Amino acid sequence: MDILNALTAFANFILVPGLAYGSQLALGALGVTLVFGVLRFSNFAHGDTMAFGTAFVIMFTWWFQSMGISFGPLPTALLALPFGIAVTAAFVLGTDRVVYRFYRQQKAKPIILVIVSTGVMFVMNGLVRILIGTSERNFADGERMLLNPQDWKAWTGLAEPLAIKTTAVVSIVVAVLSVALLFWFLQKTRTGKSMRAYSDNEDLALLSGINPDKVVAVTWVLAAALATICGTLYGLDKSFRITVYFGLLMPIFAAAIVGGLGSPLGAIVGGFVIAFSELIITSAWKKIGSYLLPDSWLGDGLYQALSTDYKVAVSFAILIIVLLFKPTGIYGAK
Amino acid sequence: MTRYRNLWLFAGVALLFVATGAMLSWNLSLQILNLALLSAIMAVGVNIQWGYAGLFSTGVVGSVALGGLAVVLVSGKPVPAGWEAGGPRVLSALLFAALAVALAVWLYRKLQAGPKRSLALVLFGVIAFFIYRGLLDPAVMAIEANNPSQAGHIGGLGLNSLLAWPFGALLAAGAAWLIGKVALGLRADYLAIATLGIAEIIIAVMRNEDWLDRGVKNLIDIPRPWPVPKEVDLQASPAFLDPMLAMGLDPVTGSSIFVKLIYAGLFGIVLVALIWLTERALNSPWGRTIRAIRDNEISAAAMGKDVKFRHLQIFIIGSAVVGLAGAMMTSMDGQLTPPSYLPLRFTFLIWVMVIVGGSGNNWGAVLGGLLIGWLYLAVEFLGPQAMEYITAGLPSGPVKDHLRESAAHMRLLSLGVVLLLVLRFAPRGLIPEK
Repeated sequence: MDILNALTAFANFILVPGLAYGSQLALGALGVTLVFGVLRFSNFAHGDTMAFGTAFVIMFTWWFQSMGISFGPLPTALLALPFGIAVTAAFVLGTDRVVYRFYRQQKAKPIILVIVSTGVMFVMNGLVRILIGTSERNFADGERMLLNPQDWKAWTGLAEPLAIKTTAVVSIVVAVLSVALLFWFLQKTRTGKSMRAYSDNEDLALLSGINPDKVVAVTWVLAAALATICGTLYGLDKSFRITVYFGLLMPIFAAAIVGGLGSPLGAIVGGFVIAFSELIITSAWKKIGSYLLPDSWLGDGLYQALSTDYKVAVSFAILIIVLLFKPTGIYGAK
Repeated sequence: MTRYRNLWLFAGVALLFVATGAMLSWNLSLQILNLALLSAIMAVGVNIQWGYAGLFSTGVVGSVALGGLAVVLVSGKPVPAGWEAGGPRVLSALLFAALAVALAVWLYRKLQAGPKRSLALVLFGVIAFFIYRGLLDPAVMAIEANNPSQAGHIGGLGLNSLLAWPFGALLAAGAAWLIGKVALGLRADYLAIATLGIAEIIIAVMRNEDWLDRGVKNLIDIPRPWPVPKEVDLQASPAFLDPMLAMGLDPVTGSSIFVKLIYAGLFGIVLVALIWLTERALNSPWGRTIRAIRDNEISAAAMGKDVKFRHLQIFIIGSAVVGLAGAMMTSMDGQLTPPSYLPLRFTFLIWVMVIVGGSGNNWGAVLGGLLIGWLYLAVEFLGPQAMEYITAGLPSGPVKDHLRESAAHMRLLSLGVVLLLVLRFAPRGLIPEK
């Protein structure tokens, strides 16, 4: 029995990566849930909006790096983030003007908007491919490790190392700040309140003189900002690749539905539920077990319930369970 | 003129194929035609779901892949050593999993609702999962250890791959039943999201479960279906060579064209049969029920129609048709390459075909399949060549490389733009529903 080493291993393999990945998913799910709440359709282009935003952040990062601008120990991409958000927001507002507005005025069925969003997804996917290609891009710079495994060992004297990447902490901090800002905006400002009113009851909101165009535009800007932040954080933490971002749609949708589509708080809870389930089910528990149980009990299995290739199966299984037993999700009312 | 509009449209598409044949090569034209015919069958399947009933599935690629898997299992070459190493044990593990799920469902219905039931079921699930892994893992290791460079899988039954076609339809129908049971009857978006997930899982299984289909090591050399000869055999047989030489044709090209013509004939027969069946179904009382449900679910339900059951039925039939086409495609290719099942190629391209052709109209789906199939594949073959020609004058360097590379990506962009334009300006498609 060696509880401290076991806890360290748990923090190293599950807790820290889970918090970082969970924050990223929460931001992605927030974007999906906002669009769903206000515009009332599931935006399939969200994954590619993330990729689009990240591609611009990467290009701005390269530009800054070429000019010798850096952010000290933090990744330069954080400086590039506002510029990436601006470009993405402009593009997304453009797609709303050219594509979505027409269907909104027609009062088209939500499923038509879902199909339209797959068309937008194609366009954005193609643009990103042309802009930055399909190969993997690594754009994290600055200090790589916030906590070195050697330092940890020397400091605590434990056998088990604990490594904390800067990008993991950056993910968590940026996510907390963005969420705090978003909730303040939704709860306290006039525009935020009108957004929530519009989402709750469109007709009533229109009757009380809320300008729907403004609500929709603000929603798109927020969704673009959240998508860009989420994509950049994920890209910093892992790496950027266009096909991976399409694959993130599944866990993000699952997170939004677990929490209840349309509920911002639910999206955050859902993000962490999905992230930790994925890690708990696809991690090898042998290391952690080896500190808690005698060696002779363990045998030579990895104690991994599913291989990491089946990550998508975890979010899918959770999605199915939610759809079967509580289709409105944890916080959903509609 | 307007009376024969549809005929003209089909004639125009036929002209595209003839022009490709006459100007470039008949071999290429037939190759595109065969793939376009398969896409047309898939489009008929998707049209059943979307056009008849308004169900939006983003998991078409999963049905296509399951069809391919069926070919491997039914007509792949047997690997007796691999099967003996663990085949029965794998089957028993799968049987155990099915029984455990059935038992869980039974327990859920029998036990009283409450936290105790949830806890018991979770515990049951975890224990059953570990027993399942305990049964499966040693068998998988044993199978994959058998001649891993050439086999390492359980092998197929070695039957004619024509038999695999209906089996592919059956597999896809089974998956559709499972997913439809869960996701239908909720918001329409949920079906789209759930099918996206199941398709990704099906492809993940096919890529990673080497014991089943060799995964990313690919499975080649699947025997051809019965009436199709091999080019090599044709080139050696005097019965084929003599008329070829008499007509003054090159036997190598001739044999390849001959084989493709037989495939085109087989696919054509299936397509015609499907159109006949779907046209009959669409104009029957059943078809009218389905369209009534699509146009107004509430009033159809008020008339006593079981909306959820009809949706499930339609979803299964449509997926089965796509699975059939998927099986036909693998048996034509003679190989299974799991990494080639891309959602963009097999889900969203098929969607564009249906929407451009005319949702709700079987002929429209076929026209869309042939037209978009030609465009997409012709660009696949010709795009890089055209770009090569355009950039021939440029000095080699990053600009030229980037332009040549972006030729492949332009296709996605234009597909998206076509989809958006048609949805906006001609939502009823080229051949609108009557």
